[in-house]
Amino acid sequence: MKILVAIKRVIDPYVKIRVKPDGSGVEDTNVKMAMNPFCEIAVEEAIRLKEAGHANEVVVVSIGDQACQEQLRNALALGADRAIQVETENTLEPLAVAKVLQAVVGQEQPQLILLGKQSIDSDNNQVPQMLAALLGLPQATFASELVMSDDTVTVTREVDGGLETLNLTIPAVISTDLRLNEPRYASLPNIMKAKRKPLDVLPLDTLNIVTSARQAVDEVMVPPARQAGIRVGSVLELVNKLKNEAKVIE
Amino acid sequence: MKTLVIAEHDGHTLAVETLKTINAAVQLSQPIELLLAGEKPGEIVNYAQQIAGVERVLVADNACYQHLLAENLGALCHDVIASGEYSHVMAAATTFGKNLLPRLAALLDVGMLSDVIELVSADTVIRPIYAGNALARVKSNDSIKVISVRASAFNTVEVQGAKSAEIVELNMVHNLGLAQFVSQETVESARPDLPAARVVVSGGRGLGSKENFAMVEQLADKLGAAIGASRAAVDAGYVSNDLQVGQTGKIVAPDLYIAVGISGAIQHLAGMKDSKVIVAINKDPDAAIFEVADYGLVGDLFEILPELIEQLDG
Repeated sequence: MKILVAIKRVIDPYVKIRVKPDGSGVEDTNVKMAMNPFCEIAVEEAIRLKEAGHANEVVVVSIGDQACQEQLRNALALGADRAIQVETENTLEPLAVAKVLQAVVGQEQPQLILLGKQSIDSDNNQVPQMLAALLGLPQATFASELVMSDDTVTVTREVDGGLETLNLTIPAVISTDLRLNEPRYASLPNIMKAKRKPLDVLPLDTLNIVTSARQAVDEVMVPPARQAGIRVGSVLELVNKLKNEAKVIE
Repeated sequence: MKTLVIAEHDGHTLAVETLKTINAAVQLSQPIELLLAGEKPGEIVNYAQQIAGVERVLVADNACYQHLLAENLGALCHDVIASGEYSHVMAAATTFGKNLLPRLAALLDVGMLSDVIELVSADTVIRPIYAGNALARVKSNDSIKVISVRASAFNTVEVQGAKSAEIVELNMVHNLGLAQFVSQETVESARPDLPAARVVVSGGRGLGSKENFAMVEQLADKLGAAIGASRAAVDAGYVSNDLQVGQTGKIVAPDLYIAVGISGAIQHLAGMKDSKVIVAINKDPDAAIFEVADYGLVGDLFEILPELIEQLDG
């Protein structure tokens, strides 16, 4: 079985982002970048499936400029076999990303497609579901457990009321939630080895996909700041403030 | 043109988030239709008919919609939209809405607007990005706007007690057979639902153990509050994951949010910083949570919590 994992380069989750003063976006020059945390979980799961003998090849794909090769190499160092960079200077919307991935799936014919449930920059939570729709495949979003059998995959999903388990025919598209696994770190020898693993560059325009924007971000704004609060000295004072000042308890 | 709202339910009750979504839809000032799919959703249909602002309730009653699987439901929604004059399709940004709407948008070949907190006009919305640390004003040029609504940013629509909406039975069956429901584990709780609660008490790593987390539960019960948790508390197994508040968990905006033993990571703040009043109890005076707290109390939560519970008794 072949597994395809889509990964995204994003601003590191621990960076406190700054909105550009002209409202055109978020400051991204000289900012630490990283693999989206949910994508790390997807890569980890693919590698574990390979280690358990369920897969013989793990292919990672990312869409972006040369810089996203850093995250692809990172995935190779973690244990992926091969990488594909769909090369473009433009930032694509989720629907366009899904169409690009649809084309890659068409070329690669994987049995399992793993993606993170959302990227922590745009917070859309759309691409896996869109990709599944375009491919006419079943989807299991927000996966916290995954059990493979011959022609199906059983997935436990984190849903609002608790957990839900589904059985999907494969090929299938699965998006990962936080509790699916604990991603490993790349070891130095593996980082060195990853430099020699194949990384194909596929120019976006060779795929013949319409990726023009459907949406326009008119402005990026700083959210309203909260008024500075106060420190209280005791439980009694806190209860008094909540009752008489904030009037949120009786 | 019309707005289609897709109903979320558990087979018996309509989700409160759907009522909030309808209230958001009302702002578009065009007819609203509610699509209700499920197996024998009779009692929900009765209730849905009474919702202010809903003109028609479209009912798809079939066993294939029983567990609201995205594959079957997506195909149904696509069919309904293809046969009507809908300019907007909306559902709440719950795990149900997040699962379904992007699939539907792709079937319609349109983009989607996720987790919208404000409808500026028929084609422009405001939505948070970067864990709520920035807001984007986005204009959609698609013919159909597919929108998931952040329920905590809208009030609940009125349910007036008179059956005003017309019922339309849909004879559309889409049993794709791509996915089968196996089982579900529902966390039973007598406490209010997290997204709907007026007061939320959340615990973090500082509690130290599942046993200690019981203090958070006691405080919550004293206040008639829902329980929340940080990722650290969920990962440590103190509570189930559906109680996680944050960027990737639940987004809440109660009147009162009490954070106990929570440091206040960016990802947690994303889920609660729109609460009306925030109280932080933490032993670390430099914890980030104090930057957003209206009332901060620095100290040992194992001393503070019992005292607080006792004070509220009096």
